[in-house]
Amino acid sequence: MQVRLQVENFSAWYGQTMAIKDVSMQVVQQEVTAIIGPSGCGKSTMIRSFNRMHETIPGARTAGRILLDGTDIYADAIDPVEVRRKIGMVFQKPNPFPTMSIWQNVAVGLQINGLRQGASLEETVEKSLRRAALWDEVKDRLQHSGASLSGGQQQRLCIARALAVEPEVLLMDEPCSALDPLATLKIEELISELKNNFTIVMVTHNMQQAARVAGYTAFFLLGEMVEYGPTAEIFTKPMDKRTEDYITGRFG
Amino acid sequence: MSILKRSDSAETTRMPFSPANKGRSRRRKVMDRLMGGLAVIATMIALVPLASILIYVTAKGMAAINWDFFTQLPKPVGEVGGGLANAIVGTLVLVGLASGLAIPLGILAGIYLSEFGRGRLGWSVRFLCDVMTGIPSIIVGIAVYGTIVLTMKRHSAIAGGVALAVIMLPLVTRTAEEMLRLVPNSLREASLALGASHWRTTLSVVLRSAAGGVITGSLLAVARAAGETAPLLFTALSSKYWHTGLDQRIASLPVYIFTYAGTPFAELHRLAWGAALVLLSMVLVASILARMAGRKAYGGR
Repeated sequence: MQVRLQVENFSAWYGQTMAIKDVSMQVVQQEVTAIIGPSGCGKSTMIRSFNRMHETIPGARTAGRILLDGTDIYADAIDPVEVRRKIGMVFQKPNPFPTMSIWQNVAVGLQINGLRQGASLEETVEKSLRRAALWDEVKDRLQHSGASLSGGQQQRLCIARALAVEPEVLLMDEPCSALDPLATLKIEELISELKNNFTIVMVTHNMQQAARVAGYTAFFLLGEMVEYGPTAEIFTKPMDKRTEDYITGRFG
Repeated sequence: MSILKRSDSAETTRMPFSPANKGRSRRRKVMDRLMGGLAVIATMIALVPLASILIYVTAKGMAAINWDFFTQLPKPVGEVGGGLANAIVGTLVLVGLASGLAIPLGILAGIYLSEFGRGRLGWSVRFLCDVMTGIPSIIVGIAVYGTIVLTMKRHSAIAGGVALAVIMLPLVTRTAEEMLRLVPNSLREASLALGASHWRTTLSVVLRSAAGGVITGSLLAVARAAGETAPLLFTALSSKYWHTGLDQRIASLPVYIFTYAGTPFAELHRLAWGAALVLLSMVLVASILARMAGRKAYGGR
């Protein structure tokens, strides 16, 4: 097992409010790492820190290091735009670009980055849609608006859009919380499939979901990371009393 | 526990749709009808002046509209016939000049206010825009007279275009800003997370998503500028001839309406009505185009 992302004594603030306190954890290659915890525990802030999206909010700042394959992504010489090309993200609410077609939604990441054109662009779009298990449903209406799809399809379109730029790590911030159980199941199957090619970090407040798809789980509470380890261990024999209380449903 | 019990028993004694409510529900219905009716009447009253202007201008103006009106120059006072072709072209030139200046500048300023201008500079620009919107247009005319006309030592189309642009600028800026602000933040985040830079995100995602609204705002500003008279009196003045250069005075429909309406000659009154109808149609077309652009943007969703 190879460590892709290494978090070292990382803290994050919104203005004066400290959202993450001195967290250290890691993300393992070709695995799903889940971050669980009650609302307001800092799990979304944590995942948004992995691709430096946290700092796009006015007044936000960070301290500590996050290493991607040994390089500190918060080093002065690193451009956050470069970081985000390597570490893709899928958001809580499906957010396809409403003025673009399905095809354009997937191609736009490549075009924005000026990466490719022509035949290879067509190929990448198809491959990304296939990877996101959406190709068969949309191949006959690639020119329709991305907003014409159902919620679950829109979320898979967003996954395809993120995959098209071939990220090294894929971040998913509660990707199923706006979806119905069937669409959720589809996305979960997709995540299990994707982990063969990608390293995935996922935030969820659905503990069953973490247990179903994640190899590793980190439990956050009030901005601190309480416990991190293989999912089976976190759920069957947690070391910390607070983890046990949360998992057994005593709070949260 | 006791609270729960009490509300339970209340549930059984008072049905949600008990006959006791009937009187109140009828009063509510009567009130609803009454208020709805009042709103309809108010709308009708508000529409009366609008409709009467449209009908009156059309009726009076149609008499002057013929082929000559669109092709001939104005005839000297006393002669019958002639047209206002130079004024129609002049208005198009002036509005075109003003749009060329104000729309790109206004959209860029709107982008600045919506995407970048958080600090004191943004606040000041926004405040100045609001003040500019309220400036009487005759004062804009005087200001441009003082700066451009006096410097160039003559009235010119350029001065007129600048004066109209000053009137359009705050309108374009503020509507562009409002439209860009309506673009959900989640789209900006989606673009940034794809590794797009801030300016790329603004251009390819934010401006593109808001394009319909931005165009609508710009066209409404065009419609507003097309009808302005006061700022042109000091700047573009007017002319009896075809326009020969942007540094020369130029005719325009509003100024012709203003001058012809002030003369005692029935023939010139007739032409003024025709000019009013043409101007009104131009503004109407711009407004309809604006609505269509706006609708198209929402249709995509």
